[in-house]
Amino acid sequence: MTAVRRFFGPLSPAGLWLGGAFLLLLLLLPWWGGSYIMTVATTVFYLALVGQSWNLMLGFAGLLSIGHALFVGIGAYTAAYLFAAVGLPPAVGVLPAIGLAVLMGLLIGYLGFRFAIGGVYFALLTIAFAEFVRVVIDHVSWLGATEGFFLKVSEADRHGIDLANLRGAPEMYYYLIMALALGALVLCRYLLRSRLGYYWQAIRDDAGAAEALGVNVLRYKMYAVAISSGMAGVAGVFYAFYQNSLFPEIVFNIERSIEATLGSIVGGVGTLFGPIFGTFILTPLGEIVTEAIDLLKHWHVIDPETKLDGLKLLIWGFIVVLIVLFKPKGLWPWVCVRLRLTRPEAEG
Amino acid sequence: MSAVAPLLRVEGVSKSFRGLLALNDVSFDVVERGIAALIGPNGAGKTTLFNVIAGVFPPDSGHVRLGEADITGERPDRICHAGIGRTFQIVKPFAQMTVLENVTVAALHGAGTVAEATQSARGFLEMLELDTRAAQHAANLTLPDRKRLEVARALATGPRLLLLDEVMAGLRPSETDRMVATLRRLRDDTGLTILLIEHVMRAVMALSEHITVLHHGEKISEGTPETIVRDPAVLECYLGDQDL
Repeated sequence: MTAVRRFFGPLSPAGLWLGGAFLLLLLLLPWWGGSYIMTVATTVFYLALVGQSWNLMLGFAGLLSIGHALFVGIGAYTAAYLFAAVGLPPAVGVLPAIGLAVLMGLLIGYLGFRFAIGGVYFALLTIAFAEFVRVVIDHVSWLGATEGFFLKVSEADRHGIDLANLRGAPEMYYYLIMALALGALVLCRYLLRSRLGYYWQAIRDDAGAAEALGVNVLRYKMYAVAISSGMAGVAGVFYAFYQNSLFPEIVFNIERSIEATLGSIVGGVGTLFGPIFGTFILTPLGEIVTEAIDLLKHWHVIDPETKLDGLKLLIWGFIVVLIVLFKPKGLWPWVCVRLRLTRPEAEG
Repeated sequence: MSAVAPLLRVEGVSKSFRGLLALNDVSFDVVERGIAALIGPNGAGKTTLFNVIAGVFPPDSGHVRLGEADITGERPDRICHAGIGRTFQIVKPFAQMTVLENVTVAALHGAGTVAEATQSARGFLEMLELDTRAAQHAANLTLPDRKRLEVARALATGPRLLLLDEVMAGLRPSETDRMVATLRRLRDDTGLTILLIEHVMRAVMALSEHITVLHHGEKISEGTPETIVRDPAVLECYLGDQDL
């Protein structure tokens, strides 16, 4: 317990107990939740992983990416293609997937930082590359083009546990993505307390001052992009083998990139637990909204023929506006203080 | 003193911005273990000269040498590694990091681990009387404390030459005296060389052994504090409307 405390820093006893209880609840989820709740929880952890990766760039190093779907997509397509074409198991295929995602990140980073494209313009560059790759894959027939790329799943696959090939029961996916998301959290905690984390935060707060103190700003920004895109690439591999179908229009959609940012914005950009906390609020909320609409349609409160597809996004958007207005630092720091999850003077 | 080799040599440095000549053929030396001051009215080019020395931008012509090395036009981080630590006139704290973390960033490049850097950072905080502020976010510091933080960070990089840009501004006289004492003790104990830009004459006169006066980007005088205050050119352009 002391090791845990040392690692997760200034958690109060209340924070430790609450966190521990919540974790236990999630670990036992397959026993108390149905398949629907497990699907939602799987999505939550998946988005937490992508969000953690995005938060590393903006929250730690001050680099705004609105093209994170690109790194996820590259990871997904790489591992899926290698599996389908040459039978490379994703447990190995994750390496080239990370490699390509990182290369793409480094390319964008180099173009951006070398020519001192900062802030919003860097964000535009990330969007541009995501769109560019989407259009390219739209025309690559051996990746399925617009028709989509599919991975075969047999009925037997739905029951076993084959981690190497990422084939198995929903529980396997659930525990895997949970481990990945929590692993990303631990990795970020470690990085934040390392030389990298100190330099990133310094660059985020004032690049000029960081440079004057001996920080090679270009190099450390590149490290941030590389690690972030690598993490997103891992998430992409999971996505590919969980969904078993990849469409450029869906995978590289800017909605995916925005989705990656929302959890962190709601939870708290730059905080460690913000991304995961935010997705734990947003995703279930989105599901509740969808369910509520279905019920209202079922009871004929709303005309069943009404199209309300955009409502979830609308509500998410509304929440983000509220957060930005009233809790611009995100909900997590506020919850920490309110529930006394951390000791005074410390932050999540 | 005359036998001591210069640590910093500024040789014929000129710099203009969009045709406006900010520095015109400025040359001077700062001797090793010396404390030198750069003074002049607002807009004289003092901070521009600091930025040229620290590598924020290269000079149009001229050279900057640190010891034997020509550091003209090097990147700021390389110049920091070469041994120049600088503060910013307009303070640049890492606002979302704590005071201790601010200084730790600076201490990291000389340290093997974060723990070592943190340890040495605490020492510099104590030296600058910031130890009680260690856990505060830099954003919450008062201006004098931010100035001290600038000095602590610059020192934590382990420089041979410290460039201080108006770090006494806003300090009370008693605080100025303490800062002067701290800087002098540092020089005596560690062999640090200091070049400071300062408007607080109390500090300039108390600290510096050598003064260079800039006016409209040109060096109009240099020498010991005693000679500077008697130089008619200095009195006319700069000290005429100042209380010494």
